[in-house]
Amino acid sequence: MAADPLPTSHALPSPFSTSTTPLTLIAQGAEALLYHTTFLSPTTPCALKIRPAKPWRHPTLDKRLTRQRILAEARVLVKCLREGVAVPAVLGLDWETGWMAMQWIDGGSVKEAVRGRDVSVNGADGVLKGLMRRIGRAVGGLHAAGVVHGDLTTSNMMLRPIAGETADRLRGEIVLIDFGLATQTVQEEDRAVDLYVLERAFGSTHPREEGTFPEVLEGYREVFKGAKGTLRRLEEVRMRGRKKSMVG
Amino acid sequence: MPIAIGLEGSANKLGVGIILHPASTPPSPHDSVHSSSSAHTKPTSPPVHILSNIRHTFVSPPGTGFLPKDTAAHHRRWVVRLVKQAMKQANVRIEDIDCVCFTKGPGMGAPLNAVAIAARTIAQLWDLPLIGVNHCVGHIEMGRAITGADNPVVLYVSGGNTQVIAYSAQRYRIFGEALDIAVGNCLDRFARVLNISNDPAPGYNIEQLAKNGKCLLELPYAVKGMDVSFSGILARVEEMGRKLPQPGTPEPAEPWVDPDTGATITSADICFTLQETVFAMLVEITERAMAHVGASQVLIVGGVGCNERLQDMMGLMARERGGSVYATDERFCIDNGIMIAHAGLLAWGKGFKTSLEDSGTTQRFRTDEVLIDWRD
Repeated sequence: MAADPLPTSHALPSPFSTSTTPLTLIAQGAEALLYHTTFLSPTTPCALKIRPAKPWRHPTLDKRLTRQRILAEARVLVKCLREGVAVPAVLGLDWETGWMAMQWIDGGSVKEAVRGRDVSVNGADGVLKGLMRRIGRAVGGLHAAGVVHGDLTTSNMMLRPIAGETADRLRGEIVLIDFGLATQTVQEEDRAVDLYVLERAFGSTHPREEGTFPEVLEGYREVFKGAKGTLRRLEEVRMRGRKKSMVG
Repeated sequence: MPIAIGLEGSANKLGVGIILHPASTPPSPHDSVHSSSSAHTKPTSPPVHILSNIRHTFVSPPGTGFLPKDTAAHHRRWVVRLVKQAMKQANVRIEDIDCVCFTKGPGMGAPLNAVAIAARTIAQLWDLPLIGVNHCVGHIEMGRAITGADNPVVLYVSGGNTQVIAYSAQRYRIFGEALDIAVGNCLDRFARVLNISNDPAPGYNIEQLAKNGKCLLELPYAVKGMDVSFSGILARVEEMGRKLPQPGTPEPAEPWVDPDTGATITSADICFTLQETVFAMLVEITERAMAHVGASQVLIVGGVGCNERLQDMMGLMARERGGSVYATDERFCIDNGIMIAHAGLLAWGKGFKTSLEDSGTTQRFRTDEVLIDWRD
């Protein structure tokens, strides 16, 4: 997501086109634009995900895909909330114009927190391990709810500050975000690949902290009953990698 | 000024090309132009001289594909004639040539072997070094040389391969690929159901038919992250093809019509639907790779890359990202000998040689296995 020029051609959908709160672009992927703004009342902060129409796609196909994807993402989020997994709540959506408003999550990403952690403090390793274990529990809870995320990285995990707790940046509640590639599945293989993607992403983003990754799997085991099978499958996935080794 | 001859025969095209690289260093002028001055990126002289580039295609009858045995026989029958013709057209002597390049893989075993035998024979007769070339790397390097695209995300789409590739640290890394069959294979096999001619290529004839298509039918859409899958689409579209009234049979009592307009569904509509769906998938994974690496240029190579609808769609996407699309015409998109000669000569410039003992071919040869030591 490097130096992408801002597309100016996309008009904002209603009600955001008439909102008095400014929209701040916070991320742009291939699929969607993510803004920080408010929803309906100026005191309700929200994350607004807009999926602009793709002019190269046939309009019928474009509408179908936008609708399917927004609905799939919203359904996954709603399912997670119902099962007690910490994810942003869905505030509203419109598949015709292609937007979904979600509850704004305070705090920073796990990536920033791990990158910026103070290693000199006494017990820093213990705090990091605690965080890793909480990540494992969050992912375990997600999988127990029958959802795989599809793109687990430390940028897609927020640390929401807990009221009354010390302001250590590695504390806080793990909230998973960006369910654009999520699917509802009960396949062991899908869950194992989900963990494998996280393991690889964590290793390349935080090479110094890579040794603490087993804590994630420990936390995963604590909360998810099917962990044993998934972790066995993970061994296999590690052996072959996510990609096949041939071209057909 | 080094000259190479390249022999390609990994599928149903047999190609022979002779190339000359004007300056001994650097082999790819675009790299040097880019580093010396970013203001003007167009070199004044053409980067490479194509002395000859000829091809002979094995065309199987409508409704059938090309079988390895018949294709290898075709290559054996034509390879001597093509080499002679290429030498004559290039107007070079045997002494002028520096190396013999051939496709090591990936591809179909029997045709690859037939051409490798020819390359080994020439190399020994003329006492020249052999250079085994990865077919995919050949496509990418030729595309870069012809279009001048400096560091693009590459979409390589053909009958045997579907890959989204970006260069990083002397490797062409595969970001996304087809998990089952290649996109060109999907098009070719659909053409067989409708008995569409394989001359000049089934994909070309589908493209022409699709121009008259209007109704977009519903097909599966299978994108998973940066990967794609086409076998489900093929199964569905084959079903649709068989649903059309066959010539010589009476019209069905209830014709298959578009629910919106009431117009009868034709083969053109199915071709249109197939193209719109699979190309949208390809553009989507390419865009995701571009967003991931922060690139704005995209280069399309491989036989399916000739398709103008695919080029147009990719152009719209690239323009929205503030970039542009680079594509070549059928001389370079479709398998050819010149790309093998070009990529081989780049490797030769770095001292690479394939010994006679290692000059076997391989059906499986991933793009990211090759060390690209001629790029920074």
